[in-house]
Amino acid sequence: MGIKVLKDKCSGCKLCVKACPFTAISIEDKLAVIDLNKCTLCGACVDACKPGAILLEKETAVAHGLSPEQLSQYRDVWVFAEQKNGIVQSVVFELLGKGRELADKLGVKLCAVYLGENIGDQLEQLFWRGADIVYVVEFPKLKNYLSGPYSKVLAELIEEHKPEIVLCGATSVGRSLIPRVAATIGSGLTADCTGLAIERERRLLLQTRPAFGGNIMATIICPGHRPQMATVRHKVMPEAVIDKSLKARIIKKYIAEDKIISRTKLVDVVREVEPTLNLAEANIIVSGGRGLQGTDNFKLLQDLALALGGAVGASRAAVDSDWIPYSHQVGQTGKTVCPKIYIACGISGQIQHLAGMLSSEVIIAINRDPQAPIFNIATYGIVGDLFEVVPALTAKFKQVLNK
Amino acid sequence: MDIIVCIKQVPETTDIKIDPKTNTLIREGASNIINPYDMYAIEEALRIKEKAEGKVTVITMGPPQAESAIREAISLGCDEGVLITDRAFAGSDTLATSYILAKAIRKLGRVDLVICGKQAMDGDTAQVGPGISVQLDIPQITYVKKVEKIDKNFARVERMTEEGYEIIETPLPCLFTVVKEINEPRLASLKGKMRAKKAEIAIWSSEDIEADPERVGLGGSPTQVIKIFSPPPRKGGRIIEGSTEEVVDNLTDILKDIVKGCE
Repeated sequence: MGIKVLKDKCSGCKLCVKACPFTAISIEDKLAVIDLNKCTLCGACVDACKPGAILLEKETAVAHGLSPEQLSQYRDVWVFAEQKNGIVQSVVFELLGKGRELADKLGVKLCAVYLGENIGDQLEQLFWRGADIVYVVEFPKLKNYLSGPYSKVLAELIEEHKPEIVLCGATSVGRSLIPRVAATIGSGLTADCTGLAIERERRLLLQTRPAFGGNIMATIICPGHRPQMATVRHKVMPEAVIDKSLKARIIKKYIAEDKIISRTKLVDVVREVEPTLNLAEANIIVSGGRGLQGTDNFKLLQDLALALGGAVGASRAAVDSDWIPYSHQVGQTGKTVCPKIYIACGISGQIQHLAGMLSSEVIIAINRDPQAPIFNIATYGIVGDLFEVVPALTAKFKQVLNK
Repeated sequence: MDIIVCIKQVPETTDIKIDPKTNTLIREGASNIINPYDMYAIEEALRIKEKAEGKVTVITMGPPQAESAIREAISLGCDEGVLITDRAFAGSDTLATSYILAKAIRKLGRVDLVICGKQAMDGDTAQVGPGISVQLDIPQITYVKKVEKIDKNFARVERMTEEGYEIIETPLPCLFTVVKEINEPRLASLKGKMRAKKAEIAIWSSEDIEADPERVGLGGSPTQVIKIFSPPPRKGGRIIEGSTEEVVDNLTDILKDIVKGCE
């Protein structure tokens, strides 16, 4: 098991040294030596080695997985229809859009799975947006998300119906639920994907995600286990368009009550009543940093956010100065956001901040310092005083949008 | 109370790029640190210990040099440390990693509470904590931002969500993953640093934790990384110049259709 260099074939040419993303290979006495403490067995050196001197026993991974016959029993693409207060979350519509494309490429059905108290009119939201089958589990105890019951019910449905792909939003629910389901079933899971594609031959889901704070992208597969599971970042994929002519098969599932016992108890759900808060959902974010100079000035950003129908974000510098609560922080140790418009006011553009907002569609930077690194990545930059520009922008937009 | 904190050693910076010529990761002078979220996990464990008495054991899976992360945790006040290291673990994905950590926790015996950081700064998966709780068959509460009440049998915590927070009660043993908001980590004392230097760290291999060889390393990992690449570079665009009025008019023209489309 593992990786080794075939000494009789190695020519000491250093191609593998160059190919290794983890600087794990060196040449000693004209032979490649692999530092196994650094090696992640990614296989980049194997592809690069012209003499074919590096042997990676990857087959072991497949050998411990399912047999081709078992793999072929898994069909269909599932989307977990996350609901809050009975309302299906918008990330689900994005997943149905992508899911349709994946299912068509594989020639299988697209299915939505709803767990909640009562699906009501949310059902049509799922089939109008392309689900061929909707699995519905209605139970008062499933009204709110709880890790134990939700993961148990979903794992059970997956084991019964054997989907080949399961997608879920990378929300605070999805990223708590799906790792449990994956560990219960013993299949592979890729977190927070920003790209999904199909390799048709092996029916593989190619899952692309950022790592190292977005500085590196990795494509990940799950070759020997099913289902292939992924949580998907919000706002990266377009929503499926509503088509009211679409119909679906509804399959109501009944789960024995004793399966829905939760060890944890949800005592209360507290909404922090700030209309401009939900950063993950926001299409427009107005964000402030050190240049804001104090708590009171965040009012200027709130006014602009309100005029634009957006949310207020902040850099770590502003949060650490206690100008605004941590829940607003965008960046490495805060939230990762992907809005259509991100307006950075008085934010210099430290790499840790960029990690949280770099995938925004349009980035506007307003900063007095023309050398601020934020201008290197901003779609549009304004070198100027935010205390003048922001209020003027608010007034102008109010006028344009007739508010 | 027996508290176990799971930590990970990560490169100090995520400012890591791929050299377009050599296709290797450039980690300029990056030294290794304890994953910042795990510092909050350590701090919370120490605070609970100070109130409820007990022992804090810190564990990590990683290469031999991850021992320095364990020593740092001990310098902050953790009582004991275990490094789980084995060449057979290379290539472990989140499922294999959570299996390995859970096996080590079982070997430790008594456990009332497991605390992990919300996610690691390098991989950003947030999957190992929930994975451990499944393997140990204990309840999990992710994104804990406040521990309101805790004793040997029961805890009441606040769990952060997109819209606010939830108040959740759980029996112990259980597993928390914690967010930055939960506390402010302390600095190591001189005494702590001295203690850490001398501390004996248990080093466990795959055999020591009685891990099934088929469930660790690359062979035990359902997922495989097949490609690593740089994201398409984002270039700076245009600087809008002029008086405030001109700038604002210009910007409004550019943005108004997108803003209307968002409504």
